[in-house]
Amino acid sequence: MDLAFEIIISGLLIAAGVFGIVGSFGLLKLPDTMTRLHAPTKATTLGVGGVLIASMLHFWVLENTLSWHELLITMFLLLTAPITANLIAKAHLHSFRADEKTSPTGSDRDWATFEDAAVEQQPMITGSGKNQNT
Amino acid sequence: MLRKLFPHPYLTLLLIITWMLLVNQIKLGSLVLAIILGTIIPIITGPYWPDRPVLRNPMAMIGYILVVLYDIVKSNFIVAGIVLFRRNSTLQSKWITVPLDLRSPEAITVLAGTITMTPGTVTADMSGDGRALLIHCLHAPDPDAVRDEIKSRYEARLKRIFE
Repeated sequence: MDLAFEIIISGLLIAAGVFGIVGSFGLLKLPDTMTRLHAPTKATTLGVGGVLIASMLHFWVLENTLSWHELLITMFLLLTAPITANLIAKAHLHSFRADEKTSPTGSDRDWATFEDAAVEQQPMITGSGKNQNT
Repeated sequence: MLRKLFPHPYLTLLLIITWMLLVNQIKLGSLVLAIILGTIIPIITGPYWPDRPVLRNPMAMIGYILVVLYDIVKSNFIVAGIVLFRRNSTLQSKWITVPLDLRSPEAITVLAGTITMTPGTVTADMSGDGRALLIHCLHAPDPDAVRDEIKSRYEARLKRIFE
């Protein structure tokens, strides 16, 4: 029984390692900044996820203790990865506006990154409740 | 009375769960401490949350999380396949605009994060008036299909949860 679980855990670790390598290889292989952003935000999620599941299984089955730290790591990973990607994308758009053919917004306002910060802008998004500015 | 003691019940629940996860053991002492923290922190930070989002349908949240987790696993395989087997010259990466029906900032944040974590798309920016998201697709032969899938698969669900 233990052997079966050890094989499953090893399989998870190997799969995780493969995804980690593919993510890093994508960083090297893809042609420009924006496409490179895709490899680490995605392929690596499953890489880390596989290691975490393997760790939980290992402690649960082979060491007979429950360990939930991994769930917390997963949560933080899912929270931080999109924000990192978004900040890198915004920095890239700032530096290379002319090179990137971004699609139109569909309204008379430009993308938030390109708008002139010095000009007083009326924030159009408000919460579901009362307006905070008044 | 209960409303005054727990001004933000979901935050209280989240703090208790996070604390128990951090402690990594089931002990009565840490549960008591978790409940104390979960009570005090929402009361102290209450003034910083002037417009709290209302969750209309908390159960739909669980369905949404499952859909997103499944899509994250799927997207990992898709992106890995593109990285390994597709030549860079045949890669059709594009910018697309997704017009938003969502208005609550929290719902848009969740949508933007979801888009980044799922098949071949990264959220890059939002329009100045908050009515559209700028999304970069790694490989999208048909940009309209990607936009429609985002709108029907994620945005419609979020609309049911938040608005």
